[in-house]
Amino acid sequence: MNYNVNEKGYYGEFGGAFIPEMLYPNVEELRQNYLKVMAEPSFQEEFNQLLKDYVGRPSPLYFAKRLSEKYNTKIYLKREDLNHTGAHKINNTIGQILMAKRLGKTRIIAETGAGQHGVATATVCALMGLECIVYMGEIDIARQAPNVARMKMLGASVVPAKSGSRTLKDATNEAIRDWINNPVNTHYIIGSAIGPHPYPDMVTRFQAVISEEIKWQLKEHEGRENPDYVVACIGGGSNAAGTYYHFLHEKDVNIIAVEAAGHGVDSGESAATSVLGNEGVIHGCKTLLMQTKDGQITEPYSISAGLDYPGVGPMHAHLCKTGRAEFMAITDDDAMNAGLELCKLEGIIPAIESSHALAIFEQKSFKPDDVVVVSLSGRGDKDLQNYIDYFKI
Amino acid sequence: MNRLQQKLQEDKKLLSIYFTAGYPSLNDTVSIIEDLEKSGVDLIEIGLPFSDPLADGPTIQASSTQALKNGMTTEILFNQLKDIRKTVNIPLIIMGYFNPMLQYGVEAFCKQCQEIGIDGLIIPDLPVDVYHDEYKAIFDKYGLVNVFLITPQTSEERIRYIDSISNGFIYMVSSASVTGSQSGFGNEQTAYFKRIADMNLKNPQIVGFGINNNETFTQATTYAKGAIIGSAFIKHVSSEKLDTIGDFVNGILQ
Ligand SMILES: Cc1ncc(COP(=O)(O)O)c(C=O)c1O
Repeated sequence: MNYNVNEKGYYGEFGGAFIPEMLYPNVEELRQNYLKVMAEPSFQEEFNQLLKDYVGRPSPLYFAKRLSEKYNTKIYLKREDLNHTGAHKINNTIGQILMAKRLGKTRIIAETGAGQHGVATATVCALMGLECIVYMGEIDIARQAPNVARMKMLGASVVPAKSGSRTLKDATNEAIRDWINNPVNTHYIIGSAIGPHPYPDMVTRFQAVISEEIKWQLKEHEGRENPDYVVACIGGGSNAAGTYYHFLHEKDVNIIAVEAAGHGVDSGESAATSVLGNEGVIHGCKTLLMQTKDGQITEPYSISAGLDYPGVGPMHAHLCKTGRAEFMAITDDDAMNAGLELCKLEGIIPAIESSHALAIFEQKSFKPDDVVVVSLSGRGDKDLQNYIDYFKI
Repeated sequence: MNRLQQKLQEDKKLLSIYFTAGYPSLNDTVSIIEDLEKSGVDLIEIGLPFSDPLADGPTIQASSTQALKNGMTTEILFNQLKDIRKTVNIPLIIMGYFNPMLQYGVEAFCKQCQEIGIDGLIIPDLPVDVYHDEYKAIFDKYGLVNVFLITPQTSEERIRYIDSISNGFIYMVSSASVTGSQSGFGNEQTAYFKRIADMNLKNPQIVGFGINNNETFTQATTYAKGAIIGSAFIKHVSSEKLDTIGDFVNGILQ
């Protein structure tokens, strides 16, 4: 079984490029160039240099001793939270800004939900001196004020998406419309492993640095490159794609994908796409998505804005359908408690997205000598108000 | 040859009107279609509303959101249209995004269209190659014409490819934009209309996006076979001027 994208842009039956003709030249330009550009030695050199000096990579692979004791297994945390701007998102925006420059683009657009990807995009645009426009749902702008301020300080314009449900999916629609209106000078930096081919593959390749590092870091710690499990939370699936990438075809590595169950999978307020979704087309790709039986895309819910997306990337849809990955759903309550537990046991305040991945240890038991690597995709600074409100701190 | 293909052979410039089914009210669909035909419109695009219409500007988005709020579904639309051929003779096209059709089942959808007397489909986010490889046989089986878009950025080679797969008309998007975004055509558009006309394609072209009055209609049809009006018509009916559809159409055709 192949878990990578094929030459037509599909992961099994998922993926493709379901885009209006107006976007065809933009997407086709990217498709024809992305692998070639990424393979250029000068690209690789600049990308790696920035990841090292600007982002602060490699991010540590940290053996969480007290957490491991509590759950009687060996838990390693991949510390993407220590990256510049506080999450894995920057790995992708560094890669895409370098791609945009090589394609001669002068104007950058992005969508954002919680604002993490928006901040990561505004950051690299400031770094490269490019114009930056970030689309953000009107409702998210109101509930994520600190990230809106960060983007503005970094020089980006934040444009409210006022259509539809006024959240992430509508911000994505607005960014796509902007790209239709500005087909020549603009590059769209998509923030997750979603969208029309080649985006899911390109984003995955930029995030793949996560699993590339895990391999040699684990070798240092444990004398072997492959853990028994890799675990990551899934919004659109970029940190997960990066965490899994170099293990996809390693049969001895189990893959766990953690979705947000919100108030419970059957509560009507959830973002557990693998359970609640079925095949369809969203934002240019065929994948699993949450929709009415009539094919209208529905609004998901999670306490974590970064997991609040009605679809998953096509690679994950394929991992789900083939059974290569085990999908688990974690409620708001379980995630929040797991987040607080990490604070107390390890002195690390995680992003609520990442807390979902940490919460699996209450649901699933592992053997004492299992090595479980969890992607700690982001830090909790952005979520402080949520934690304060939830725990009445 | 179906109604649409016949209409395209008539020796006149064609006016096509797009409207969103279920808007302004759920049950306006049939009366809007009948009034448009009476007013002298040549063909009609019935918009099946979608929650996330990527290629549409604010006017059509808002009408789609409202239509869904009004309760419009694929099933209801088909029901509303089931007797439409008793009163309406001009070609009818359904325009909608791919996901609702996929959920209905592409074959079941096409079959319904044939039973009702729909002549063609426009599905902006169904790419030409996917259509060709997976769905063309189904469309052919049910006698449906599929209409593809081209834009000022579409390469000549791709236009020729699209022309070779089309069997109705080519939907010429007037400029790099979503629907409803511009006012008036400049030299750039005229040059583009002329460039495409000079390609002598086998399918006639109908221009859409940005046509809102007699002037833009005339500009567009100087080189093309016809023109499509969407957002401007929706704005007209949104102010509840359903009884003045004839005036709107007269204003365009003069
Ligand atoms: C810290 C963090 N983790 C995870 C995600 C989810 O995105 P993805 O599934 O693309 O990794 C986000 C999105 O904003 C995030 O900020």
